[in-house]
This record gives sequence, structure tokens and C-alpha cells, in this order.
Amino acid sequence: MTLLRLALRNLLGAGLRTGLNALVLSLVLLTIIGAQALLKGMNEQAARAAVATEYGAGQAWHPAYDPYDPLSLDDAHGPVPPPVARRVADGRAAEVLVAQGTIYPEGRLLPVLLKGIDPAQTVVDLPTATLAGHGDGIPVFIGTRMARTTGLGEGDVFVMQWRDRHGTFDAREARVAAVVRTPVQSVDKGVLWLPLQRLREMTAMPGEATLVVVAPGAETSTLESGAWSWQSQADLLADIHGLIRAKMLGSMFVYAILLMLALLAVFDAQVFAIFKRQREIGTLVALGMTPRAVAGLFTLEGALIGFMAGALAALYGTPLMAWFAHVGWKLPETTDDYGFALGDVLYPVFSADVVLGTTVVIWLLTALVSYLPTRRITRVNPTDALRGRVF
Amino acid sequence: MSEERLITIDDLVKTYPMGETEIVALDHVSLTFDRGEFAGIVGPSGSGKTTLLNIVGTLDAPTSGSVTVLGRRVEQLDHGQAAELRNREVGFIFQTFNLLPVYTVFENVEFPLLLLGLAADERKRRVMQALEWVGLADRARSRPNQLSGGQCQRVAISRAVVKEPAVVLADEPTANLDAENSHNILQTMTRLNAELGTTFVFSTHDEKVINYLHRKIVLDDGRVAADDPVPPEARSQP
Repeated sequence: MTLLRLALRNLLGAGLRTGLNALVLSLVLLTIIGAQALLKGMNEQAARAAVATEYGAGQAWHPAYDPYDPLSLDDAHGPVPPPVARRVADGRAAEVLVAQGTIYPEGRLLPVLLKGIDPAQTVVDLPTATLAGHGDGIPVFIGTRMARTTGLGEGDVFVMQWRDRHGTFDAREARVAAVVRTPVQSVDKGVLWLPLQRLREMTAMPGEATLVVVAPGAETSTLESGAWSWQSQADLLADIHGLIRAKMLGSMFVYAILLMLALLAVFDAQVFAIFKRQREIGTLVALGMTPRAVAGLFTLEGALIGFMAGALAALYGTPLMAWFAHVGWKLPETTDDYGFALGDVLYPVFSADVVLGTTVVIWLLTALVSYLPTRRITRVNPTDALRGRVF
Repeated sequence: MSEERLITIDDLVKTYPMGETEIVALDHVSLTFDRGEFAGIVGPSGSGKTTLLNIVGTLDAPTSGSVTVLGRRVEQLDHGQAAELRNREVGFIFQTFNLLPVYTVFENVEFPLLLLGLAADERKRRVMQALEWVGLADRARSRPNQLSGGQCQRVAISRAVVKEPAVVLADEPTANLDAENSHNILQTMTRLNAELGTTFVFSTHDEKVINYLHRKIVLDDGRVAADDPVPPEARSQP
């Protein structure tokens, strides 16, 4: 308690030096917490968007379906197993039939995935109702990225070619019923969405599907998918989490550099303080402290700077981070290439584990770099210290 | 002079390595100090005065011989025991005052009492009393850089005596002071010696200090060349 009182007294007495160290450390702390919160927000935002528009509570896949192998699509279709079909009938799941196709926008040739979905479904957050309209050509909707790639816009008509289950090619005109903005690339890039029934007719696959999406939030533990393979939400999100984890690990390098610079400042300040306060060290020993206690006092002073940095960061950082969490960070268009859904604005998520974990780690490291130079004090001859001849 | 023995120095030798040779700072010194003495170790620079005080104050260790302070052999004390002895029984006054710069006068004087673990009320009472002894009670809130050299040394005296130690070791206490301040300081210490019975042991080569001593020990090249009481009529009067 006495050491703590003395350390506080010394720090407050040192004034500006203490303030600057605490300020620099608090800035680093906030930067790391802010960056971590952005990555956490990115993870949650991407997962939320993917669940809402594509993954749902999980998917049942035709056994031959492999999303990374387009050649598997020829065989990846069949009747939905009865338990899953009952969910579809209840409106708690949506069938999707996937087939390969080719489109010819403005005379160019472009391979695409044709995805058929029930226009009346409400399971995934896609504007499938736009497929219900009648008019010239087969109604389709595409994403903004696909629209940009193909040069297609709402109302445009283009030629669409596909092959049915017997290998026979056929072609019709399709009409863009809607262009939708979605943060999820995998439902946008290279994909045409069309009415499930039309696609079944086109491919001669009546009553068949490639996969079934179960409504988000639905109970899935008792769902029997039969011969179809069940992909839980966690399985489907594994790629997104893996990407974020990789980004977090990459960011660690930047944090380490930032932290090293700040801790170097603390270390420097500590070494300088010991050099400058040699006589004081001797005086403290003469007044009745052991060299070990003096070293403890200096270490405590350094550790308290870490504590003050935390308090300072909480003081000006809380409103700053609250504002940041509210307005978010407007993302540049290039983030579309990240490979997962982010939306236009990224909202950081400040969780207790990020804030407390980062603060505790920085505090412990500050205590450590404060301790290292003080080991010298325990070996100091007090008479040399009193004469200022330790170093 | 009290008959109670405070410090016994027996055949003390202190050497320092200097390259391949050894410097002898203290050469078979034997002395005793009793409670209530006002004694000075006198000699030129390098005669071993400060080394002797440092060993008595447990800040340094003897090469051979023994030093007993209040019945405790300083060469046998570990760091903790030595620190406790300094904290309870020994007060230091330094040539350069050695006040803690970021502390106020009050906090500087309070420091030894904090280490003793005294309660806040008791600390405050003792600090204000010690500051009154040296006439600085009205500067309790000042910081050392707001005080003159004489005032700083009075604060250092106050810090040395606030815990009412058995002995105060003063290393060249007037070396950085002008004549007037030196006399003020010496009068203060003489008065505290008389009123509190605190033992003062000085190291000095300052004639002004020497004139106040009750006992004068002359060190020459690390040896005791003379050890004589100073008769009252030969001393400066407070």
C-alpha cells in the first residue's frame, strides 16, 4: 500500500512525463481495440449477411453437390428427402436448383450459374417476388456486380442458353426483372436467379432441387436429411470465420509494431528515469527502503502508467468508440474483392473480451517493460547511487 | 555524556579495488560513540570520513573488522535487516540535501514515517512538529525547488529527526551553504541534540562545523590520528 501511495505520488509529481506516456499508450490501446472491433464487426456482419441471404440455419445438399466443382452440377439434382420436403411445404425451407448456363449479353459469351428459387419463398432475404411477374422472356434477377460485369440493367433482354438433364441444348430470351444490391458476392457474381418452376421445366428436372436452405433461426437438430448431406450453419460459415481469423493474424503484426513502439517509449522513459533518479534511488535506500523495494516502486510506477493509459483511454475513448460504433466505417468499393459480405458501412463490435483482453495484455506488457530496467537497481551500491555514479 | 554505548567500531578496514591495486579507505579504525554525542569526523577529502559514515549507516559493508550499531553487527545484516535499522534508528543528512524533488516539504519529511507504517494522524502530528523544530512549518506545501539551500538542508534535518532516530549521520551538511545558513543549521542541530538527546555524527572539513563539535575525531589516510573531546569554552555557542 505504501509503495502504491509512493508510486502514485511520484507519477503525479512527474506531471507531463507521466501524462505523455499514458497518452501515447492510451492511443495505441484504442487503435488496437478499434481495429480488433472492426475485424470482429466484419466477422459478424459477413456472417449475418450470409445467413440471411444464403446459408439460413443450414443447408441440405444433394449428395453429388460440390459448390467448388461446377462439373458436379450435372448430377447434383434430385427429389428432396421427405423430412426436408415437409419443411419446404411449411414454408420453413426453400429449394434451390442449380444448373450451368451461358448468356450472351451484348453479343459476348459468359458462363453463369442458373439458380432456381420459389418466387413466393420468405426463407432467404432475396427479392424473389420480382420473379413472379409476367412479360417477355424468362424473368431473372441479378446482383449489381453481375449487372456491372455484363452491362445488363433492369428490363434488358438477353439470350440465355442451357442444357437439360439429357444433354440437349436449348436457348430462350431472358429479361432482367430486377437488379438487386446485396453484400453477399456468392449470390451475385456469375449468378442468374430465376423462378424454380421455370428452371425445372427448362432442365427437365421436375420436382428436383440441388439444395434446400432452412429458414434462419429454425431448429435443425432433429431434421433428418436422409441421403442428402446436412451442412450446418457453422460448417457453412467456417470459410468466413477462417478468412477473418487470417486477417486478424495478419493484423497482429501491425499491432505488435504499434505496441512495440509504445512500449519502447515506456522502456526508454523508465531507463531515463532510473538514470536521472540515481541519487533518489540512493536516498530511498538510505531512508530505509531495500533496493528490491525501490525496484518494485519503479516497476509499479511503470505499471501504473499502463493503468492510467487504460483509464485515459476509457475517458476519451468511450464516447469516441460509441460514436464510431454508431456511424461505422464507410467502406471503399475495393472491399468488394475481400471475398465475403461487408455491406457499404462496417460497424465495429466492441465486445468485453476485445476491450478487457487488449487492455490486460497491454497492461501486463507495460509492467514487464517497466520491470526489466529496474533489475539494475537491485544490484546498485547505495553509496554509488547517492553520488550519482551507478551508470 | 551518556554512558550507553550506541556504536562500536572495531578494527575496521575498508578497501576498494582500483585496477590491479587496492585503495585503503579505512585502515584498522576503532571508535565508539555513546548516546547523545555531538561528534565530528574531521579530515581532508579522501581521508575516509564518508566511507566510515556509510558503513555505520549500513549503506556500505566493511572489508574486515566489525561495526556494531545498537547491538547489531552491520556486516551480518541482510538487505532487509539493514533497511529496517536505517529506517528506525538512523537518520541521514547529505551535503546535497537529497530531497525528493516531486514531493512537497511535508511529503519529504513524511516519507520515513510512511515506511514505518504510522497512521495518517500520527504522521501529520510528527511532521508538523519536526518542521516546527527547524522553523519551516509555514513551508510545508512548498516543493524543494521553491526553497533556498539553507531551507532545503533544514528540511533534510527535519526528515532525519522526524522518526526520532538513535543517531543522525550528517555527511558534510554545510558544504553547499553560505556562512549564515551554516550557522543556522548547526545551531538547529545543536538544539535538537540538547532537547531530543539525538546523537549526531558529522563528517566535515568545514571549520564552522568543527567549532560546534563536542568531540573531534581526526582521520588521516584512513587512520584515526586524534580523538579528543572539545571543551565547552572552545565551542561556538548556539
